[in-house]
Amino acid sequence: MNNSTTILPKAKSSGCDNCPQARDGHLKRLGINLEKVDFVVALAGNPNVGKSTVFNALTGLNQHTGNWPGKTVTRAEGGFQYAGGNYKMVDLPGAYSLISKSADEEIARNFILFGKPDVTLIVVDATRLERNLNLVLQILEITDKVVICLNLMDEAERMGLKIDIRSLSRDLGVPVISTVARYRKGLQELLNTLNEVATGSLVNKPKVRSYGNGNFSRAIKSISSRLKNEFPEIENTNWLSERLLDEDEDIIASLKSGELLDHALGDVEYSQFDAEKLTKDGTNLALNYQNEVEVIQKEATKLRMDLAVNFHDELVENHFTEAAKIASHCITYPDAKKRLHFDQVLDKIVTSKTWGFPIMFLLLAVVLWITITGANYPSKFLAYLLLDNVHPMLKDLSAQIHLPFWLDGVLIDGMYLATAWVISVMLPPMAIFFPLFTLLEDFGFLPRVAYNLDKIFRKAGAHGKQALTMSMGFGCNAAGVVATRIIDSPRERLIAIITNNFALCNGRWPTQILIASLFIGSMVPTYLAGLISSAAVIFVAVLGIFLTFVVSWLLSRTVLRGESSAFSLELPPYRPPRFWFTIYTSLIDRTIFVLWRAIIFALPAGALIWLVSNIDLSGISLAEYLVNWMDPFAILLGLNGVILLAYIVAIPANEIVIPTILMLTVQLSGITGIGEGSGVIFELDNQTDLMQLFEAGGWTLLTAVNLMIFSLIHNPCSTTLYTIYKETRSLKWTTISGLLPLLMGFIITFLIARVWGLF
Amino acid sequence: MQKLLSDLKFNQVAKVVKLNESCQGFERFRLLDLGVVPGTEIRLALDNPLNDPLGYWIRGAVIALRKEQSNKIFVEILDE
Repeated sequence: MNNSTTILPKAKSSGCDNCPQARDGHLKRLGINLEKVDFVVALAGNPNVGKSTVFNALTGLNQHTGNWPGKTVTRAEGGFQYAGGNYKMVDLPGAYSLISKSADEEIARNFILFGKPDVTLIVVDATRLERNLNLVLQILEITDKVVICLNLMDEAERMGLKIDIRSLSRDLGVPVISTVARYRKGLQELLNTLNEVATGSLVNKPKVRSYGNGNFSRAIKSISSRLKNEFPEIENTNWLSERLLDEDEDIIASLKSGELLDHALGDVEYSQFDAEKLTKDGTNLALNYQNEVEVIQKEATKLRMDLAVNFHDELVENHFTEAAKIASHCITYPDAKKRLHFDQVLDKIVTSKTWGFPIMFLLLAVVLWITITGANYPSKFLAYLLLDNVHPMLKDLSAQIHLPFWLDGVLIDGMYLATAWVISVMLPPMAIFFPLFTLLEDFGFLPRVAYNLDKIFRKAGAHGKQALTMSMGFGCNAAGVVATRIIDSPRERLIAIITNNFALCNGRWPTQILIASLFIGSMVPTYLAGLISSAAVIFVAVLGIFLTFVVSWLLSRTVLRGESSAFSLELPPYRPPRFWFTIYTSLIDRTIFVLWRAIIFALPAGALIWLVSNIDLSGISLAEYLVNWMDPFAILLGLNGVILLAYIVAIPANEIVIPTILMLTVQLSGITGIGEGSGVIFELDNQTDLMQLFEAGGWTLLTAVNLMIFSLIHNPCSTTLYTIYKETRSLKWTTISGLLPLLMGFIITFLIARVWGLF
Repeated sequence: MQKLLSDLKFNQVAKVVKLNESCQGFERFRLLDLGVVPGTEIRLALDNPLNDPLGYWIRGAVIALRKEQSNKIFVEILDE
């Protein structure tokens, strides 16, 4: 596949994009092809300022960003070619600051400090300039080679603020380029400037931070001059002095180990000093170095005594005072009335006591309803195509070329059919659910849901954002597990991963609906049937939500004990979603991603389903043997051996459980005239036939009720399990995620069966 | 009597005086980084169906703070 495309100037773009200079600056996006790198660009910024959008626009990669703070979890790298130079761009985790000792912020800081990027591109939210400048000022203390990308200029305009770019650039002493990265506005100028700073044709002179003239300033001067004397290779001595005064353990450790100086020097020297060896003139370099560092550290400790107890507070306060000064200098509000009116009104409704919850549930219900009903037609079409037409064609073909019976069975009735089935039942609902969900996400509604529900989740020891991953789970648990990346704390993220399975996924809704309408709807008069069977399905889904809380609570009190992490949830402004872009990325990132994983597992499972029904052991099929073997246990649970076997062989996707149950029931009850033969899964549309079939299989109302319960509470499908492994990289947590719900399912169905037996 | 940020009523604006000493470590740093430093003006902007967390307007952004956090921020209420 060719990842490189060239951005053509858009027909309707501003004057700047059309000037000759811009057109000559060819951008070639290189995606992940990073062979020869001339310049390294570090991409930094606060969370949720459009960093990933800038990254995608320049590299051509597709990191999904969903109007979420902190979406970039690991460091992403991508490349582009501009003005003859090959650039590697490193997308750092979003950070509010570089001195707060959170894992994300440390990654960002260490890269800017030690990765020696040729340029650090700081993406800044134009609507939250003050707070963003806090980070900018901190980075400017470390490095001069900075370009500011003042992003979200369209939102700033909507909010009625005007920013004087020149004055901002002058105040900071580095170039500032205004952009709207979502619509690729200003990117040409940004590239030009990046190029100028990287090649050194533009040299920045950032404003030197003023430390006032109190004790703080004296302390900085004293340590800084000592550092300059001893280690002339260090450029940012003021910054280092400040870190020493603030007792920054991480920085002190890297100074002691010599790592910091090696990076400043661009060579390995200080960290290699050998305490056992002396130089020719008899000096011990390691000892000397240690002594020097110790003297400096002691002085810092001494000077620290004269400073305020909350010195760190003052540091940050200092930055904010400076930031506010700069901001007030270059922001004007010519149209302040417009400011945020829409957001405020909408937020008032969405988070109100009266409407908050109803709106949330209504939207979730509407999304699920559109998904379930809307998926019917394309599913039927795909089934018609892949199952009713292609399958017989393949059978004909195999007959013509005289494929052996077993090969024809394994390949066509087994592997092909199961895979085709998975595609036809899985693709349409996902292709509807994910885009709808992503639109709500991009619009900014979902962070409000996390906000509204935070209290409940916190009581269960989890994070409010789990509300989102749970809702995503209603579409697909594998996607829900991936979505837990938005939760920063590892403990709370694991809770969200393990409990995601209790969100009734798309693959299980049809099972619930079918069984409820057959068995539960038929118990009441016809005019009530629809209502009662829907109520039964909703009951199961709500039970799943309830279990999510209970299990989260139990986990957070047992194996995943721990403090709940420092909470901070920023509510981003509402943003008009880019409709087609959202559809495209949600199809690629979520739908195809999950479908592909499901197909990989459906192929062997299809073969297994066919083989189990067709391998004979002394006259009886393996399926019959297994079903008989599991029957006693299954009956204890109020189920039967067929159901259990179906859940084992149909592990790749919940969607093929019912067809497998039907096939096995026909085979084992010896009914003729229904079905397609041993090992060939099928479906029945006729309710009377279905009911007859289940009765022949010995089903009762208890079987139906417990199947609905077991469908909710059992191990996740193999697609989800594999995704859990990919996300946690831990066999232990994957095993727990699989066995915990399975065990719970056994216990709960067993208890229901016992209680049922009493009546 | 010293007021807390959690005492704020809707749309009231308060000026941060200081953070409680019991709020230390990363929690303190995060609040500072979000702009909760002495002198910052904060407005209670958003309700919550469950009363907690609440949305505060802090330096251009709406930030959700839990009660356990807003209880640790001393303020001076500016308008009644």
